[in-house]
Amino acid sequence: MPVAVLIAYLPIILVAATAIAVMLGIAWRREHAVTVAASVLGLGLALIAQVFAWRVIPVHTPLLDFDGLALLAGILILASTLVCAILAHGYLESFHGAREEFYVLLLCAAAGGLVLVASRHLASLFIGLELLSMPLYGMLAYAYHEPRSLEAGIKYLILSAAASAFLLFGMALLYAQTGELRIDVLMASLDSHTGIWGLAGVGLMLVGLGFKLSVVPFHLWTPDVYEGGPGPAATFLATASKVAVFALLLRLMLSTPVAQGDWLRAVFTGLALASMLIGNLLALTQSNLKRILGYSSIAHFGYLLIVLVVADGLAAETGGVYLITYVLSTLAAFGVVILISSTISGEDAAALHHYRGLFWRRPYLTAVLTVAMLSLAGIPATVGFIGKFYLIALGVEGQRWWLVGGIILGSAIGLYYYLRVTITLFMAEPGMHRRDASDDWGSRAGGLVVLAVAGLVILLGVYPAPMIELARALGGITIR
Amino acid sequence: MILVWLIVIPFVGGLLCWQIERLGDKPTRWIALVTMLVELLISLWLWAQYDFHLPALDGSTTQWALEFRVVWIERFGIDFHLAMDGLSLVLIALTSFLGALAVLCSWNEIVRRIGFFHLNLLWILTGVVGVFLAIDLFLFFFFWELMLVPMYFLIALWGHSGSKGKTRIGAAIKFFIYTQASGLLMLVSILGLVFAHHANTGVYSFSYEVLLETTLSPTLSTWLMLGFFIAFAVKLPVVPLHGWLPDAHAQAPTAGSVDLAGILLKTAAYGMMRFALPLFPEASQAFAPIAMGLGLLGIYYGAVLACGQQNVKRFIAYTSIAHMGFVLIGIYSGSLLALQGVIVLMLAHAFSAAGLFVLSGQLYERLHTREMDKMGGLWGRLGSLPGFWLFFIAASLGIPLTANFVGEFMVLFGTFPTAPWVVVIASFGLVLAAIYSLILMQRVHYGPPRSDTPLKGLDAREFAMMLSIVVLLIWLGIYPQPLLDTTEAAMGEVQRVFEISGAPERGVDAGPGAAITLMPEAR
Repeated sequence: MPVAVLIAYLPIILVAATAIAVMLGIAWRREHAVTVAASVLGLGLALIAQVFAWRVIPVHTPLLDFDGLALLAGILILASTLVCAILAHGYLESFHGAREEFYVLLLCAAAGGLVLVASRHLASLFIGLELLSMPLYGMLAYAYHEPRSLEAGIKYLILSAAASAFLLFGMALLYAQTGELRIDVLMASLDSHTGIWGLAGVGLMLVGLGFKLSVVPFHLWTPDVYEGGPGPAATFLATASKVAVFALLLRLMLSTPVAQGDWLRAVFTGLALASMLIGNLLALTQSNLKRILGYSSIAHFGYLLIVLVVADGLAAETGGVYLITYVLSTLAAFGVVILISSTISGEDAAALHHYRGLFWRRPYLTAVLTVAMLSLAGIPATVGFIGKFYLIALGVEGQRWWLVGGIILGSAIGLYYYLRVTITLFMAEPGMHRRDASDDWGSRAGGLVVLAVAGLVILLGVYPAPMIELARALGGITIR
Repeated sequence: MILVWLIVIPFVGGLLCWQIERLGDKPTRWIALVTMLVELLISLWLWAQYDFHLPALDGSTTQWALEFRVVWIERFGIDFHLAMDGLSLVLIALTSFLGALAVLCSWNEIVRRIGFFHLNLLWILTGVVGVFLAIDLFLFFFFWELMLVPMYFLIALWGHSGSKGKTRIGAAIKFFIYTQASGLLMLVSILGLVFAHHANTGVYSFSYEVLLETTLSPTLSTWLMLGFFIAFAVKLPVVPLHGWLPDAHAQAPTAGSVDLAGILLKTAAYGMMRFALPLFPEASQAFAPIAMGLGLLGIYYGAVLACGQQNVKRFIAYTSIAHMGFVLIGIYSGSLLALQGVIVLMLAHAFSAAGLFVLSGQLYERLHTREMDKMGGLWGRLGSLPGFWLFFIAASLGIPLTANFVGEFMVLFGTFPTAPWVVVIASFGLVLAAIYSLILMQRVHYGPPRSDTPLKGLDAREFAMMLSIVVLLIWLGIYPQPLLDTTEAAMGEVQRVFEISGAPERGVDAGPGAAITLMPEAR
């Protein structure tokens, strides 16, 4: 095996090895802090290895293809898993029951995500997707004595299994039509002569992947699962899992010959418009922060689908930049929710009234959540603005005026609920029911990570050049 | 570098106020005040120091008195590019003066969360100064959106909830959504312009001077111009897009109203003169009749609706709409005299509206109401306050000796050669102005008094604030020449661009033969 291949595989190997090591360690002795330290160490090493892998890409192997996009998505997956692990430490401290298995599940899911983004073969695609989804069932239902958490886990399990069935059926149809399992060859052989079964196969695969991305009309599970799942699990679902699936779709679309993708583009246009409008509209009446974030993520992936529609020119770069901005903003928002929910066990503090007047008790934590909300809304001086700027630029460049109109309308609607959350933080009313972060949140690992993420949101919002260079450099190295 | 300081000083001042709050109220207020005074002194010093009536070069390179430029986002040719000419200088001086006024008028009004209040107040001014200085379109948009956030907090947190379900948060969100959504239209237009330029030359650039040279097809130019126009029209506001203004004013604290009426509305007029007209001269020329029509509509709509208001601040808000109608007509008239008149009118409106808002804030502190049917007969019970009130009402209806008269006169006089009928109709609007002004005065201060107990008169702080605005209004009303000299070069530039576009030879140049579509190679 050439060294380059080994280097490219190293992050996956490291994550998988950490998962096994943590599992064996738990079997030997239960130590929460040690488990967290081992997971964080493994993930950190994998992240460093991922950065080193930049030197050797592109690397082709029969099942996995390491190109710029896979690398960028891998960095995002590892980074968000790392943040989730650190936040889970504080979150699970007050948890009654086994804490350590959460990290095994988290590491397995991260490994699945890494496989998924690099897959070039339907077999590795399916393995990656299932390895990503299976641990999530466990993570979402981790607080199984909470009815909502259990409900979230089972809901996700059933719908995800259905989506996997669609995906598999679609793959089977495609294989029957073309006799190919290599993704790039498969996509290239889908020309205008493709019969009805081939189209049906692509359609069914889209349903399966659309479910994981939770674009409208496959979005029904999202708010319930976000609301019910424990904070760190929902965070992982919102960031790493969605990034992995989107990166995969982006590679699929980039490898589809332009002339043959027209009907696919039309489908994506419809999905995009529906997601950004319906996602934002449904969020308007919510009074639960985690549900709001769920609907907001539906809308954000609606915006992001423009990248798949255009799939040309600035598209790969835009996808990279927007994923970075989305992950950073979402991590900051969820981070605050987790910190607030950490002090006592039980359901997460996600109802908006828990956050009333937070500013007058925890100004810096509120600043983080404010920044996250403004960034999700796309206000300048936050990284979210750069993402929105890129998307609108892409829409204008590709002359997709409907989608540009959709973004503007969606943002205008979205502002309403982002601002409502924000203003709630600043309104004090005496004698209300309060949930609060622990007093020393700022000096604990979770608090520091959340502050650092918020700092990045501002820093990259004001000086985005490094992020753009990264997305550009990696988005350029794409195998056609 | 001094331009960067103009932005940094209020920003840092705001942060300081937030942190100093724990030392007490007085230091916070003083720091905010000193910050704004320093800003004012710098702009006055710049006025004295630099020569702002440089002749415009015959080429299209604009002559800036001061410039600052560093590369910001190289990928798209975006620079952190600030520049100052007479127009921006005058508006920045206005901003810092009204900023100081806003700090002073909240001295007793705002008693809760003072540090955060002044943080927001000073950050609004940071954003506004940035808007007046930015010459890179991306940077302009950046500041344009940025100034909304603190304004939103100001209205939502320190505002007053009105009756009938009109909450301050509702008003703040309405304000934000109106301006942000229209701002995104402008972003689309900016990007359309940038990509058109990229299609022509292969270079990405957001630089104002570079984009001025872009050749556009007439259709594309019209659409892009509309994107800019709508964004500015919402902020000005032009009538069908004005829905946020009365609510925002009625619900905002006094300082917020002063900033809104005095400064934020002016950013829209500035944007039209700096960007919408020069970037799309032909399209603007073609659009001018519609814009003037909208201006006329605004004059009448604002005046008629003002007459029916019960809330003093909503009343003043509607009169603002009427005054901005004159500004819009002046901007699209394309004559130097009218454009210069627009500047005077903008300053005059800023002073008179700010004065009226401060006065209604002071009335509120004494009467705890803004409803006119609970006022009446206040003359004689309030010391010198009704006198000031009378002066500002006279100014706002355009009595000679006040700057408002000079501004309106110049706008109407300058527009007459190009659009005589517009001027004729607008002049009748002045009659309505007299009617609503007198109604306001009558309802609030004359008539039978509700009680005979005298109320607290103006203290030294309030008196000084009012007097300084009065002096400025009269000075500009008697001797506006220094102001006109300062802005003449900048306005001459706007007028020149506008005039050339109307001339026939340019029409041939930019005819269908030279038309370039946005992305020829795009599908």
